[in-house]
Amino acid sequence: MITLDCRGLRCPIPVIRLAKAMPGVAVGEIVRVLADDPAAAGDIPAWCRMKGQEFVAADGHAYDVRRIT
Amino acid sequence: MDYTGDPAGAPAYLDAATAAPLHPVAREALMAALADGWADPARLYAAGRRARQLHDAATAVVAEVLGVRPDEVTFWPSGTAAAQAAVLGGLGGRKRAGRTLVHSAIEHSSVLHAARTTEVVEVGVDRLGRLDLDAWATAVSGAGVALASLIGASHEVGTMQPVTAAAGFCADAGVPLFVDAAQIAGRAPLPSGWSLLSASAHKWGGPPGVGVLVVRKGVRWLSPYPQDDLYRPGSPGTLALPEVVAAAASLRAAAGEARAEAARLSPLVDRIRERVAATVPDVEIVGDPVDRLPHLVTFSCLYVDGEALLHALDRRGFAVSSGSSCTSSTLRPSHVLEAMGVLSHGNVRVSLHRDTTETDVERFLAVLPELVAGIRKEAGM
Repeated sequence: MITLDCRGLRCPIPVIRLAKAMPGVAVGEIVRVLADDPAAAGDIPAWCRMKGQEFVAADGHAYDVRRIT
Repeated sequence: MDYTGDPAGAPAYLDAATAAPLHPVAREALMAALADGWADPARLYAAGRRARQLHDAATAVVAEVLGVRPDEVTFWPSGTAAAQAAVLGGLGGRKRAGRTLVHSAIEHSSVLHAARTTEVVEVGVDRLGRLDLDAWATAVSGAGVALASLIGASHEVGTMQPVTAAAGFCADAGVPLFVDAAQIAGRAPLPSGWSLLSASAHKWGGPPGVGVLVVRKGVRWLSPYPQDDLYRPGSPGTLALPEVVAAAASLRAAAGEARAEAARLSPLVDRIRERVAATVPDVEIVGDPVDRLPHLVTFSCLYVDGEALLHALDRRGFAVSSGSSCTSSTLRPSHVLEAMGVLSHGNVRVSLHRDTTETDVERFLAVLPELVAGIRKEAGM
């Protein structure tokens, strides 16, 4: 699993990192984004919705996203 | 030699939801009242009586426009002060019933700050920013509920709230409902069924520094502030009477123009909603597209720093606001966008007013895509 450590970075940077990582992720694979900016809690699921990817789960500052397209 | 830097173009102020430019009627009334209404209305001499007349006339005008009785209206130093007086005074009057405040997740921060003084039940909204009425019905019928608070229409995304239906559930439960009408008063018809209501003059083109509180007859309200021995409870201290007079005159003028202004501005909001979605990739237009305020639209641009976009627009002469966390003092995203579950970064709120022209909107729509593209390019997107 790919992990993107975006702790200490403010939105939109964690979402930008996630988007940039996507081409290197196989369909079906999960990316974990570590982000402590409070905006990430809403913005990562919103990104998944807008870009047609699956938001799997959030656990504290860890957000799991599955590439489905 | 003249400095010829980046030409900003004619400025376009598009942040009426924060403060609308002064209505010409407000300006006239303010100048007249400064000359005539400076005395203390409580004093028993000619200048005081004149000030009292102005105060009473202003109260009567506001009452008439809002469809309430003059003795239900008081003036406060701001919309925030009026909203907080509504919440705190409404809770105070219902101490025996309990101390719980039920409020929507999208209230103005002034209400949320007042809510911190008591126990709360927060009721969520859907993706469009509309209150969850089932959850509301359950919440207001709970034990120990003293007061309920529902913003009339979202100040951030424009979605109208189902106030009349929400008020029905409150009535069934015997709970008074406070409605923050800051974005509605002077722009759209007021909802019905509420017990307390607040508004803010500088949102409708009145001067800053005037809030309005309405407490309907039979609603128990206890001032949260030390009171003097005057007959009616209200804001402590001397009112800014000239501003109050200007607020009342401009409310009447704005309400009189409201239908025509809504018919003019609402299609411009539709145009912004459609054009931004068509010309800016990866954008989320936020809020209810139909059941909304006539003058306000919000959208969020993926991969864009909201503060950077505000500054870029400002350099081109456009004043807008943002709910993105980088533009807030707490570095948290707007609680409204958060509650809706929509994208919060790259957020822009555009709000129009009576001086906004079609040309202003077209200029804004023309520069926005390149500014967003420029910020994304810098971020490597």
